[in-house]
Amino acid sequence: MLQRLRAMMMKEFLELRRDKWAMFRLIAPLMVQMIIYGYAATFTVNHVTTAVLDLDQSRASRSLISHFEATGRFDIVDVARTQEQVVRDINAGRATLAIVIHAGFARKLDNGQSAPLQVVVDGTNSNTALIALGYANQIVAQFQSEETERAWSVSVGAAPQDIEVSLQERPWFNAGLEDRWFFIPGVIGTLTLVQIVNLTSFAVVREREIGTLEQIMVSPITRVEFILGKTLPFFLIGLVDVALVTTVGILWFHVPFVGSPLTMALGASLFLAAALGMGLLMSTFSRTQQQAFALNFFLINPFFILSGFAFPIASMPTILQFFTLINPLRYFLVVIRAVFLKGVGAAVVFPELMSMAALGIVMLGLSVLRFRKYLD
Amino acid sequence: MSAQRLLAMAFKEALQIWRDPRSLAIALLLPLIQMVLLGYGTSLDIKRVPLCIFDQERSQLSRALAERFVASGWFSAVRDLGSNRAVRDAMDHGTCLAAVTIPVDFSRVFAATGKVSFQTVFDATDANTTNIAIGYAQGVIAQASAEFRTRWAGMNGVSPSPIGTVDYQPRVWFNEGLDSRNFIVPGVVAVILALIGAQLTSLAISREWERGTMEQLISTPVTPLEVMLGKLIPYFLIGAFDAAFCLVTAIFWFQVPFRGDLATLLCATALFTFVVLGIGYMISVWIRSQLGASQVALLLTMTPVTMLSGYTFAIDQMPAPIQAISLLVYARYYVTMLRAVFLKGTGFSDLLLPFGALVLYAGVIAFVAAHAFRKRLA
Repeated sequence: MLQRLRAMMMKEFLELRRDKWAMFRLIAPLMVQMIIYGYAATFTVNHVTTAVLDLDQSRASRSLISHFEATGRFDIVDVARTQEQVVRDINAGRATLAIVIHAGFARKLDNGQSAPLQVVVDGTNSNTALIALGYANQIVAQFQSEETERAWSVSVGAAPQDIEVSLQERPWFNAGLEDRWFFIPGVIGTLTLVQIVNLTSFAVVREREIGTLEQIMVSPITRVEFILGKTLPFFLIGLVDVALVTTVGILWFHVPFVGSPLTMALGASLFLAAALGMGLLMSTFSRTQQQAFALNFFLINPFFILSGFAFPIASMPTILQFFTLINPLRYFLVVIRAVFLKGVGAAVVFPELMSMAALGIVMLGLSVLRFRKYLD
Repeated sequence: MSAQRLLAMAFKEALQIWRDPRSLAIALLLPLIQMVLLGYGTSLDIKRVPLCIFDQERSQLSRALAERFVASGWFSAVRDLGSNRAVRDAMDHGTCLAAVTIPVDFSRVFAATGKVSFQTVFDATDANTTNIAIGYAQGVIAQASAEFRTRWAGMNGVSPSPIGTVDYQPRVWFNEGLDSRNFIVPGVVAVILALIGAQLTSLAISREWERGTMEQLISTPVTPLEVMLGKLIPYFLIGAFDAAFCLVTAIFWFQVPFRGDLATLLCATALFTFVVLGIGYMISVWIRSQLGASQVALLLTMTPVTMLSGYTFAIDQMPAPIQAISLLVYARYYVTMLRAVFLKGTGFSDLLLPFGALVLYAGVIAFVAAHAFRKRLA
């Protein structure tokens, strides 16, 4: 059995070697993608283009505007003179946010009345808008407490104890709130999934279409040996892929890797087994390479989107959350992020590891079963 | 170019599609499934942040503070914790996203000084969600602060503040509820179309090579341009059906507000469909093996379209070189147009730039594909 398996694997590797572009195709795009997407995947909100309309022109209004400028989150692109100009800026997309301070702002504050401050935001990108409004809220709160303190010191001579409840936020595992630290591990998992499923889903169909499947079937090789021989080379390629892109993530993007490489390797192996199972299963459902390709294209995208890579699984409707349970990428992302950022051991991610193992066994098992039918 | 040969070519291709019902079914059915899966699956809304509370004091005041979090509707209390160790465990296991720790002398310090602080730990693995959660927490605290200030002023018999308050009035335009679905679903349409397009045509020529029918095709008097257009016509019909379906689903099922005019939308969609089919065709002319063509198509379409089209990740937040690369990603122009037409109701005249870019793309593709085809034959 071992001998036949070795022969089968040898054949696969020979086929790879004969295609002189294969090695290049396997590695170069992966690295390029890793670098581009590592930079592209970001939800950071900085340099929000901002228009300002200050109809009050008082010390207080100017101070408020300089508070916005000082954070570095808002770039003032237009100092408007009229309300219409602000509307045009937002409509044309020149500004994402507009600060409108009406006449009488400072007077109302001084008289102890409430002084309206209008902040208009282009909500097209709901995420940017939400975060920008959060920043604006913090800036206004800061301004308010400074003005209060200032007023106390003018009227009483010294500010009394500042009455406030303050929040000390401690973001653990990612103290700088670098969203690259969140996305790079995700890119590693995603690129690996795309590559491995693509390779395996063609594995069997190709032999069939070229007509070499019959030749293999008349040899004494068994079904299990055939499947193992087909998948093991891809498994090895996958491990190399994961190692390469992880290295890029650590050395190029400086994402901290605080966990154990062993847990990572274990997670990657189980993930690859499940991904290979998925690819093979798809292969047994296709008669032509075109069908394999279509399936590949259409299944990979949902697996990628519904993995928690960018869109939180908790925000999905319950039915879709169930669907994510059969997605190996979902589990691998939990493992890889936990190993990278939290540094937890295998015990904490045990449920995820087991789920991937179960998925791998079920999918590989199903492909062996379906494979018999496929040959008829 | 002869209309007769073109039609003959289109007819041959249509027959071939018809004879492979499995592929046809995939091309027509999968957009349905994708639209539903992705339409529902791509929400960025963070409705309720799971919160753990470690209340060391358990006084009336500390409970009042803890309740503020839940009452705001932005947090849901998942568990009461009893020790710092439990906080660490909850964070490691991802039980909650934030953990509030209220110190044991909370109300005593408040009565004495009026100034209290407490610590909240966030699991910042997902920096974006954490950012939003911190924003929510600060909103809760700002409210609590005002309430506590009045309470303290009452206890000490002084006026709460010598000045008025800034009445912060945020107004959101175009997507009033800040619903992430309105932002993302138009982009999903673009992604699905880009995928279908590439998938439909990227094997169109390599299949002929691999099956050995290319020689037969060459021996006919048909010209390269006729081959290309003839092959694209039936696929264009499939693509148009898929596009119409996706747009109808976005408007009527997901109820993304549609404020623009239909003509602009249809023009943009037809142009984009032609470009995506053309890209697939170009790949298939270049690469002879079906496996190779599929890998290149995957490389050139799926990930770039999802990552660099601006459909989730805002292009203006990327580093400049990456922004430059994104100019090559044809889907970004369609995503821009879809969003503008849907949410802002922008008309044709304000969209000349993205339209121009797609027209340019279409021209280059037609030229390159025809040219490459001629060369391959030589």
